[in-house]
Order: sequence, then structure tokens, then C-alpha cells
Amino acid sequence: MNTSAESRGFAVKTVELTRSFGRLTAVNHVDLAIPYGEIYGLLGANGAGKSTLIKMLTTLLAPTSGDAEVGGFDIIKSPAEVRGRIGYVPQLLSADGALTGYENLVLSAKLYGLSGAQRRARVGDALAFMGLADSAKKLVKTYSGGMVRRLELAQAMLHRPAILFLDEPTIGLDPMARHSVWDRLRDLRRDYRMTVLITTHDMEEAEALCDELAILHAGRVAVVGKPAGLRAGLGASATMDEVFTHYAGGAISESGNFRDAVQTRRTARRLG
Amino acid sequence: MDRFLRESAAIAQVELIKLLRDPTEMFSRAVQPVLWLVVFGQVLAHVHGIYTGEVGYLAFITPGILAQSVLFSAIFYGIAVIWERDLGVVHKLLVSPARRISLVFGKAVSSGFRGVVQAIVIYFVALVMHITLRQEPLAILGVLAGVLLGSGLFSTFSLIIACIVKTRERFMGIGQLLTMPMFFASNAIYPLDLMPGWLRAVAQLNPLTYLVDALRGLMIVGGETVHGYGVDFAVLLATFVVLLMVAVRLYPTLVE
Repeated sequence: MNTSAESRGFAVKTVELTRSFGRLTAVNHVDLAIPYGEIYGLLGANGAGKSTLIKMLTTLLAPTSGDAEVGGFDIIKSPAEVRGRIGYVPQLLSADGALTGYENLVLSAKLYGLSGAQRRARVGDALAFMGLADSAKKLVKTYSGGMVRRLELAQAMLHRPAILFLDEPTIGLDPMARHSVWDRLRDLRRDYRMTVLITTHDMEEAEALCDELAILHAGRVAVVGKPAGLRAGLGASATMDEVFTHYAGGAISESGNFRDAVQTRRTARRLG
Repeated sequence: MDRFLRESAAIAQVELIKLLRDPTEMFSRAVQPVLWLVVFGQVLAHVHGIYTGEVGYLAFITPGILAQSVLFSAIFYGIAVIWERDLGVVHKLLVSPARRISLVFGKAVSSGFRGVVQAIVIYFVALVMHITLRQEPLAILGVLAGVLLGSGLFSTFSLIIACIVKTRERFMGIGQLLTMPMFFASNAIYPLDLMPGWLRAVAQLNPLTYLVDALRGLMIVGGETVHGYGVDFAVLLATFVVLLMVAVRLYPTLVE
């Protein structure tokens, strides 16, 4: 059992983490150190390597080289231990529309090894925490986009993970639903002391929600810092959009691939 | 073992809930076997086109049509898995601490529910068509075991194909390419003895042949197995276990 990262106070620590697909290096020697209890933003244009990095940290994808520890465990040597300590909300809407909110939660609880009274209590707590108690018995396909996202957060928090990974969780949501998700994320950190790693394109979200940001460009970390510090670095009146454009290569609308675009549109379509 | 069973049951239970909540698919899938029995079976029985010994052709073909239904409903299971991948469901399952083998086995069990529904439909159609089938509880339990095993085997095979081809479009092409040859290169609608040597050799390698053979012995009054129940179930079980192991290795690659 390796707990070296935990002892140093980092929820996530990567050392020269790299992933290549053939000749393309999607994540290129990335070094990150994310302290426990932070809401940490991972920014970058489409194709910058955010999702690939999240996939590696959540054990879905093996690195080509480099190391990473999540929750104190090596993602290569101890993937099962890592999985037991993380929650994950994918970019796409993954709650099952043909099941009720309650049934979705029970499935997650069972897969995370919760049983009996503990399962019932956790499911009830999660529904109440996310403001979904009154909708628990309704089919998820009748939920609004914001409700689905809150349900997915509820699924991800059932087993009280130390670290929550969220891949563009507010994509396609209207402003009210987006703020509602932000509030819940802040609550999760405050009430359960969860570390949250979030990828986003939304500069307002990055500034409002995140304690610290890393901006990726072409698979590398272009800059790390607090939102206010990053803005100050570019001048007194700099905006987060300008920070993003400066460090992410200024190619927001030109970047990404066909698959990214399809996924984003599919998510937006499901959210209505 | 307890954890494996709990996790697999959780996956299978979800599919059962969805199946019971929206049984449209069950009814639509029942149309094809009914057509095979009512149209194809009756016509060939009428012209005595295929010699099946003491057993009438309709009774002979009934287990074959059940096996075919199991194959056809399970073999496109991979499309659902690709769809789940596209929705992020597979990502979420794989990030959970549940064992990969539980996730894959749970999927295989859930496909068995559809197979059991097909069996109920075929028994009902057989009753309406006055095809006499064995009613002993042990024989019916054997049929259920065969249907569950066959469904698990073919759905796991389908999962493997899904993990290799990765897209629905490619899967549809491969699925169409596999199902009919597997069906015709088996003993489902004619005995092995009537096949040319090369086709009989192919049929002997086809798991569907062993499922049909076992079902023929378990369903038909006076029916017999060619290979024996032991061989039939051993081949099906061994094939399922091998496919399961391969699927467990390949399932995580679906999200890469």
C-alpha cells in the first residue's frame, strides 16, 4: 500500500504523466499536485488532453509513461484502491433514463459495496442533499438537465469518495441549472471535505468555482495558478477569457476533433 | 464470490427492471420465431422436405427456432453496449470498484432474461400449433439452463465484437454477417446427417449446434441428443467461460 502522496497532502499527484495514441501525444509529461479539499479546474481547448488526463487518473486508461497517485494510491499498481476512493461524473449524461432516480442510486450503491441499512441511508441522504427527494420515484428521462446532473453527483458521492472527478459537468446546462450544480459542489466540499477535479471550458465557472486552475495546451501544462493570480499576471484589467486565450493557444473555436464535437452536441441534445 | 454475485445481480436486476417496465422489445422479438414456426415450419412439414425420422418436422424444428431466437436476440447485445459507451455508462461502471468480471457476467445474465421470454413464447406457440413438447419439470429446467447458457454465451460473444469494432455501424455489418451463417451452419432446421461433409465440420465447431442438440433432447417427446447432454452442456459452458475471460480483458478497452 502506497500512501506517500496522502502523507504529503496531495489528493492527486502526477509526475511526467504521458499518454500517446500512435504518433499523437495527447498528454505530454504533465506534473500536477492537487491538495486535498480543493476545487481544482482543468482548462484547455478541445483536444488539449483534459479528458485523456481524467481517464488516466480514474484508471480508465493506462499511461504510456510517467506516474500518478490518486488518494494516495498508484493508478497503475493499485487501480482497485484508487477506484474505491474516487467518484466520477463523465461528460456525457450517464444516468439511465429508463430507471428512476432512486433505482439509479441503488445500482451505484450496490456497485460500491454498500448494503442494507447503510445503502438506504446513503441513498436517502444523497437524494436530500441534491434536492431530488421528491423526484426519486420518477423516471430519469422525465428529469431536467440540471436534475440529471445533480443525480449523477448523488451517484458519485454515495460512497463518500475523497476525490470527485467531473468532466465538463455543466456543459449544455442553462445558467440556473449551472449555478445549482456549482452550489452542490461547494456543499460537497464543505460538508464532506471532498476534493473536486473539474474540467471545463467555461471561464465564468473556472473563476467562480475553482480554487486553483491548470490550463492545458497541446497536452502540456501551460500554466498553474489561482484565478485571480492568473488574471493579475496578464494585467490589472485582464479577464479569464484573455487568460485562457493567452495560455491555451488562442484557438478555442478551431480546436477539437469530430468526436469531441459529436459528444458535446449529444450531451447538449440530451439536456434539452 | 459473494461480492461477485452481488455485483452481477445488481447489473442483471437493472436490465430486468427495464425489460418489465417496457416489454415492447420482448413482443417485437417474438414475431420472428413465430413466423419461422408458423410459415417456414408448416410449409416444410407439409411437403415432407426434410427427413427427421420418427419426430415430425414441426417438433424437430421447434428447439432449433428457440435456439435461433436466443442467438438473434443475444448477438445484437453488443450494440446496446456500444450505446452505453457513447452515453458514458460504461465509463461510470468501469470507474466503480466493481470487478470487471461481475460487470460482464451481469450483462450475460441479463441477456438470459430475454432468452427465457423467447422460450415462453415458443412454448406458447407450440401449444397453439398442437406441437407436443415435454412437460416434465426437470426437462423444462434443463431448457431454461440451456437458454440461459446460450444467451450468456452469444451475448458475451457480441460484447467481444463490440469491443473490437467499437462503432454501431461496423457492428451492424458484422452482426448481420455472423448471425445467418451461424444459424444455417447448425442443426437448427435440418439434421447434421443431411449436411455435406464440410458444412457438418463447420457445424461441429458451432456452439449453436450443441445448444440445439441439448434443447432437442429436452423439448421433444421422444427426442434424443446426438452428442449427449454432458457433451452439449460442457461445450456450451467451456465456450462461455473462455468468451467471458476474453470479454473481461476487452471490456475496459471500449472506453479508451
